[in-house]
Amino acid sequence: MIAFLTYKIILVLVIFTITLAVAAYSTYAERKVAAFMQDRIGPDRAGPFGIFQPLADGLKFIYKEEIIPNVSNKLLFIVGPCVAMLTALMAGVLIPWGDTVTIGGIAYSLQIADLNVGILYVFGVVSIGVYGIMIGGWSSNNKFSLLGAIRASAQMISYEIAMGLAIIALILMTGTLSLKEISLQQAGGVGSHWTMWNVVYQPLGFLIFIVCAFAECNRTPFDLPECETELVGGYHTEYSSMKLGFYLFAEYINMFVSSAVISTLYFGGFNFPFMNDLGLTQNWITILGAIALFAKVLFFVFFFMWIRWTIPRFRYDQLMNLGWKGLIPLAILNIGLTGFFTLWLGHK
Amino acid sequence: MLTNRSKVVVKKEMNFWERIYLPAIFGGVAVTIKHMFRRKTTVRFPEAKREISSVWRGQHVLKRDEKGAERCTACGLCAVACPAEAITMTAAERKKGEEGLYREEKYASVYEINMLRCIFCGLCEEACPKEAIFLTDRIVPTDFQRNDFVYGKDKLVEKVNERIDVSVRQTPAVTEFKKHKSLSHNR
Repeated sequence: MIAFLTYKIILVLVIFTITLAVAAYSTYAERKVAAFMQDRIGPDRAGPFGIFQPLADGLKFIYKEEIIPNVSNKLLFIVGPCVAMLTALMAGVLIPWGDTVTIGGIAYSLQIADLNVGILYVFGVVSIGVYGIMIGGWSSNNKFSLLGAIRASAQMISYEIAMGLAIIALILMTGTLSLKEISLQQAGGVGSHWTMWNVVYQPLGFLIFIVCAFAECNRTPFDLPECETELVGGYHTEYSSMKLGFYLFAEYINMFVSSAVISTLYFGGFNFPFMNDLGLTQNWITILGAIALFAKVLFFVFFFMWIRWTIPRFRYDQLMNLGWKGLIPLAILNIGLTGFFTLWLGHK
Repeated sequence: MLTNRSKVVVKKEMNFWERIYLPAIFGGVAVTIKHMFRRKTTVRFPEAKREISSVWRGQHVLKRDEKGAERCTACGLCAVACPAEAITMTAAERKKGEEGLYREEKYASVYEINMLRCIFCGLCEEACPKEAIFLTDRIVPTDFQRNDFVYGKDKLVEKVNERIDVSVRQTPAVTEFKKHKSLSHNR
């Protein structure tokens, strides 16, 4: 029992640290990617190639004066960023970073918790995430914040439907809600076994899912809750210092977690091509698999940024049109198609 | 309508491929990824400075002759030529014993150029019959007060021991022209 607890605590700490580090360096990567796509160099003063920039940014956030508006609801004003940060970190618990590592005859799973309702838990936590934004925006007592918060809640609620429907099609196919089992079903990939990643069977579902993931993370082209040109800063207009930092940080953690979920659900999770043909032991395959998943996640984080610096922001009515009239009917169609093919071809 | 360049706005319906956005998104994504590997245009400013054109016209200088006397005779042609009316001056008569300071009997006791008005067109330089004023490759620095942009003789006249080279901007044609001392402009 003690050994189990120690192992879990170590795992939690490691994944927590990695998540925070990736989120911190996402801010740096975002600025670098933006700069490179605009033919610039980006931050390069703090350390070689500016790699200490996140530390400088973090220090700046901590040392800045903390302003809480007099007219705000002080308790909720502080609760807002906490909820945003908390839910962002909680969603990462379920990601299976690898299969099992066997040390001294005991198998250690590289996943903090393997719930049998995995995806539902992720959805639940993500939908609480909108409360962080809503509470922050509403308690600021500022019309720009409030507009941002209203937009955020409307947007997240509408896109959650399409996202859920896209997932239902996937669940119809895999027959399980556990993220680990979904990963294991995709084991092998190209090589002797010829099991394809889910994206091959669910291209439409993947497309819907990734569009909704962009909307859920409030990323461009769906960053209306914080759109600078219309709403000053959106829901975090009144925030300063580390509380603002938490909001920005939560966005990057959300990006990281949704990249991990996308990689797990549609891109084979911790599996990589030819994994059964290399003749490696289980432990090595697990470690290589964790690295493979990490690489996939980083690619999707980059993809988020890539899209951000390519596509302009949607107008609000276009956003709602796309969500309700575009993605939801498509997702329902996808469920129908998946159901039909699952019955027709027997169980895959 | 006179120029025949007015366009009639047509609110045309988007076709299927335009409506699903995806081809356009792939197009945009391809453009941005290409830019990632382009040569960067950034100049690391304090360490490196962007090269300026060889005919760049910057801050003015009032030249001295070989012996160190001011060339300007306060004729006022530069002030007349100036389209921005940035130049003002007050003329004074040279006293006995000042022959080393001023080249001719008349000189400018006050000579001011308002750098906020100046458009750096170079017409003062063109108008000057005494080859006294030139525009150089120096950049007028920033300042906090409007008054500080009115440059007097203290900033404009070159120091006797720190001459400012103005030959950089002169085109071969001009240097050739200035060699002919018989031409009225160069006398």
